[in-house]
This record gives sequence, C-alpha cells and structure tokens, in this order.
Amino acid sequence: MAVFLTGESKVLVQGMTGAEGMRHTRRMLAAGTRVVGGVNPRKAGLDVEFDVAGPGGRGSAPRTVPVFGSVREGIEATGADVSVVFVPPAFTRAAVQEAADAGIALAVVITEGVPVHDSVAFCAHAAARGTRVVGPNCPGVISPGRSNAGIVPADITGPGPIGLVSKSGTLTYQLMHELRDVGFSTCVGIGGDPVVGTSHIDCLAAFEEDPGTELIVLVGEIGGDAEERAAAYVRDHVTKPVVGYIAGFTAPEGRTMGHAGAIVSGSSGTARAKKEALEAAGVRVGETPTETARLVLARLAERAVPSDVTHG
Amino acid sequence: MDLYEHQARQLFEEHGISVPRAEVTDSPGRAAGIARGLGGRVVVKAQVKTGGRGKAGGVRLAEDPAAAERTAREILAMNIKGHPVRTVMLAQPIDIESEFYVSYVLDRAAGRFLAIASAEGGTEIEEVAASRPEAVTRVPVDPAEGVTPEKAAEIVRAAGLPPRTAGVLVRLWQVLTREDALLVEVNPLVRTAQGQLVALDGKVTLDDNARFRQARRSGQETSNDDPLEAAAAAKGLNYVKLDGEVGVVGNGAGLVMSTLDVVAGSGARPANFLDIGGGASARIMSDGLSVVLSDPGVKSVLVNVFGGITACDAVADGIVAALDAVRPTKPIVVRLDGNNAARGRAVLGERAHPLVHQAATMDDAARLAARLAHIS
Repeated sequence: MAVFLTGESKVLVQGMTGAEGMRHTRRMLAAGTRVVGGVNPRKAGLDVEFDVAGPGGRGSAPRTVPVFGSVREGIEATGADVSVVFVPPAFTRAAVQEAADAGIALAVVITEGVPVHDSVAFCAHAAARGTRVVGPNCPGVISPGRSNAGIVPADITGPGPIGLVSKSGTLTYQLMHELRDVGFSTCVGIGGDPVVGTSHIDCLAAFEEDPGTELIVLVGEIGGDAEERAAAYVRDHVTKPVVGYIAGFTAPEGRTMGHAGAIVSGSSGTARAKKEALEAAGVRVGETPTETARLVLARLAERAVPSDVTHG
Repeated sequence: MDLYEHQARQLFEEHGISVPRAEVTDSPGRAAGIARGLGGRVVVKAQVKTGGRGKAGGVRLAEDPAAAERTAREILAMNIKGHPVRTVMLAQPIDIESEFYVSYVLDRAAGRFLAIASAEGGTEIEEVAASRPEAVTRVPVDPAEGVTPEKAAEIVRAAGLPPRTAGVLVRLWQVLTREDALLVEVNPLVRTAQGQLVALDGKVTLDDNARFRQARRSGQETSNDDPLEAAAAAKGLNYVKLDGEVGVVGNGAGLVMSTLDVVAGSGARPANFLDIGGGASARIMSDGLSVVLSDPGVKSVLVNVFGGITACDAVADGIVAALDAVRPTKPIVVRLDGNNAARGRAVLGERAHPLVHQAATMDDAARLAARLAHIS
C-alpha cells in the first residue's frame, strides 16, 4: 500500500510541454506512472510523443500523451485525480487554483521560487475545495514500484515498508539510497518553503493509517517549528515506530540555507531544539543520514521479533 | 531579505503611514547639516539589521548639530553584534504620549498571516509575550479577504488600541501585500502629544521569491559584506560563508546542510554552504568549486553530490574544468552517487589528478576531508 499516490492514480502534468515538464514526464512514464495528459491552453489538442525507456533502461517505446486546454477538460476526458505542476513561479498560483477548482484530489507543486503570498493564497484556496497540495518547491511524491508524481529518481529503490516525509529532495534521495535494500511505501517531499500545502503531521497521519507502512522516517531541517509540532503529534497519535533526522546543526543564526524556509531566527528553529523535541516524544534521531538508516534497520529488526520475547 | 529601518520607514511613508522626518547618511560631516535641516535636535540611529541597537548605544539623542556630528561619528565607528554600522539615520524627535505594537507575521504552520497587536509597545514583543501573554493579541487574517476596515477594527478592539489605529493596520496590510513582504512590524507605533499616530521604528522582511514582480526592488538590494559571497552571488550561486577549513559543495539545500553537519561530526569545521542546485551543469560546478577554492581559510574541499536530476558525469566534468582553470593546491574529496555516478567516477578516475580523492560514502568523504584539512 501507499499514501496519497497509488498505482491507480491518474496523473495530469500542468506545464508538460515546457522543458522541465517534458523531461520529467518522460521519467514519470518510465517509472510506470499513469500519465494521462498534459495541460496547456495554447497547445490543446496536441499529442506529445515520449520515447520511454523500457524496464531496466532496455529498449524504448513511444508513448503518446494528449494535451488538454484546461485541467477540467483533462479530468473530464481521463478521470485524472492527480496533477503535477511544473509551470513557472509567476503562473503557479493560477495553475493550482485552476486544478483545485476543477476538483483534482492532489496537486503536487514542483515549482521553486513561488512568492509566499501566492502559496498562502493557493493553499487556502485548495484546502477550501478539498484538494491536497504537496509543495511548492518540492521533489514530489513517489510510491516506488507503483507511481511517481514529481522529480524523485525512481530507480533508487523499490517498494517496501518504510514511509518517508522530508522537506528536502536530495536528503530524501540519500535516505532512499541508504535504505534501498528495505524499500519504501511512499516518500513525500513536502518542500522547503515557509508555507507548504502538506505538513509533516499530514504525512504522519496518513502513514499511521496506511497498512503498507510499518515504520516512518521523518526528515526535518532548521527553520520554523514544524518538527516540534510533528513531535507532539507523534507523542499523541502515532503508534508506529518513527525515526528522525534533522539537518542544519552547524547553520549560523539569521542566514537562509538554500531553502527559503531554512533559517534560524534567534533561538527558534534550531536543529538542536527539533532533535530534543523529537527525542522527548520517543523518536530516535540520527546525527547523520547513515546513522539514521542504521536506526531504521535496528527498529525494523526489533519489530520482527515477537513482542512477548522483547518484553519477556 | 530584511530591510534597514530607513528603507522600512520609506515604504511606510509611501503607503500613507506617518513617520518622523528623517534622513540617512554615512558621513559625520553631513550629519550636522541634516540635523540643522531637521530643527537642530535629532535622534541619531545606527542602521543595522539586528535587534538591541538601543541597548548597545546605537540610538542616541543629539541636542544640536555639533552634537549630531559627534554622535554620528561615534555610532558610525560601532560594530553592533557583528554588524558594522555603515549608515546612520537622523530623525526628528517625537513627543511620545503612548506606545503600541502592531505587526503582520507569517504563521508558517497555519499557512497564513497573523496580525499581532499590543497596547504595550516600545519593548521587544517577545518579552511582553513571555511575561504578560494576555497583553499580546493575535488575530489570523483570511488570505482571501485581507485586512478590511472591519477586520482592522476587530484587531484594534481585541488589543485595546485606540480606534484610530485601525487605519494604520489597513495601510500596513497594503505594505505587506503590495510589497510582497513576509514581515511588517511597527514598534513602537506612537501617539504623540498632539494625538497623531506615528510609526517610530519598523522592520520589514521582503520575499526574495517575489523579486520578479517587484521591479523597484533593485534599489533596496544591499551590497554583500563578504567578498566571497559577493563573488558567488555574481555567478548566481547559493553560497553562505562560514568560519571553517573544509569547503563544501553539494546539491540540494537539505543534503548540503547535512554535509556541513557530517563535516562537523568528523572533527573539522565547514567553511561554507554551497548548493549547486538540481540539474546543475558542469559550468555551475566549476564556478562553485572556484569560489570555494579561493577562500583562504579553506584547507580541503568536500564535494558531495547525490544525483537525482543532477547528472554525476556533468558534475565530474565541472570538477575537471575547475582543475584546469583554477589549478588548485588544496585536496578535493569527491563523493558521487545516484544518476550517472559510475560515469562520473570514471571521468575523475581517468583524470587521475593527485589532489582529487574519491570516497564511497558521505561519511567516509567527510572524514577524509577533515583529515586532509588538518594535515595541510
């Protein structure tokens, strides 16, 4: 099983005909994603052909994806329930609001550099219409072996019992790589901006409910208090084991570290405070990605032992 | 980007919020003339982007133009919490009857802005909130509606501010939305003895992501204090100078932050943060490595790339290009994984540069870079 995105998900790509959209649509198709259409009002009616590599990169086969004039037309024609958004920052707000108005269930916003006032507006707009937004400025959602909505490389690892939520793309890849022998139910890159549509807590709640997820990896970084809130949520609501990792212990105060949201302001938002909050909630926190992976393996091994033996 | 007080003051004024008459200068000689123009008696205020300037002696009253010149000279020689004072603002003193606090801040968890108001202005709002939480009012603002006169009246009532401050709150919301700000704060908002409402001091943080639609922002850009940061910014690189000996280059903000931590855990200090971003080209890698190698504090460099979109062979090509262009004298440890990693490793293997070392994992790479930094 998986959260947010399954093998059944039908995916539209807003901005498919742009350079990034083309490149990642090809990759999504190669990963087995059911990409059912692109959206571009100026190219409606066009069929775009993709050369999609076969399994293991062997051979290739052409795949044709139709372009629709609007998200609504795309949904009506295909029954799409997911949209991946690659449009430039100036147009992202309109694109997400269009997808929400058309009734899409999940909008995955990859675009980096979206003005925060726009994110505030489209997240509120989408929430009022029951649309889940992941991102902006995120690598997307991947349920390995089932579907891939975004830019996460699909060949790092396969399906397995770990659910992962992270603000960071490359840290997600790093941890998928470290735990490639175990595999993942779903990895959700929620994005590094100050305002994002889906929080750590939303993902914890989904993984807790998902029968296919046995253990949750929570990756955080400096800035804000999302990790502290997630820690409180774990303490009160999560029964599955959670392993944490926080990046940015060496980040200086008042400097933005790449992600717009990654900034320590005064004494708030530090990695130390986040680690302590998670540990106080019973979450084991790794100091490095490699140590985090070791903690995950140890925790999974414990689970494999019947509880009457561990506690006997 | 945080603005200086005088820049915030100017935005307030443009949006119809009363501010004291004031002028900015970097020259003590000009301070006397400015003071004369403002009526002789002025407040001289250090322009630095940090709190606590009053306590540090960066805000002083000068009784006459000669005193203004003297005071400006002293304050311009100051360094407040690591921020050298480059300019001072001279402002007409205001006859304060009462002081309030108003701001709009981003509530990241709720994904909306929050109005914060208090009838106890003048001190740090965090201190008021800590000692008397009931004296600080927080009202969430619906992004679809914004701060209407009705909403402003609601905030003002809840905080126990004079009814007329509602007008200031509406204008301050215009500053926030029209300027694409992430924070606007007026502290204190004062009522003068004549009953006028004046924004005496303020903070504004602008959203860097909105630069593309805020054309006049260029005038507010501040020069980079650090020459390496200026060089990196000129090449469009995401670089933050730190105080260590292991230069760090990586892809993705999270992985680079993590790399800094792993370097610190290996017993060395990271010299910088440098994120070459997703899908980086050989040129970006080469530019990045050149900037890091030009830092005299750097004793070794760690390149840590997990190729997602980024192709590791392009990264390796960039490293080779930098080797030829910069002719480094410091060891470079490279860890490549992910997209095209085998090809990337082969490119570096063929080049066989004596200063380039490859490592299999991120932890191994950090340990080696730390050891090499201590040897050289």
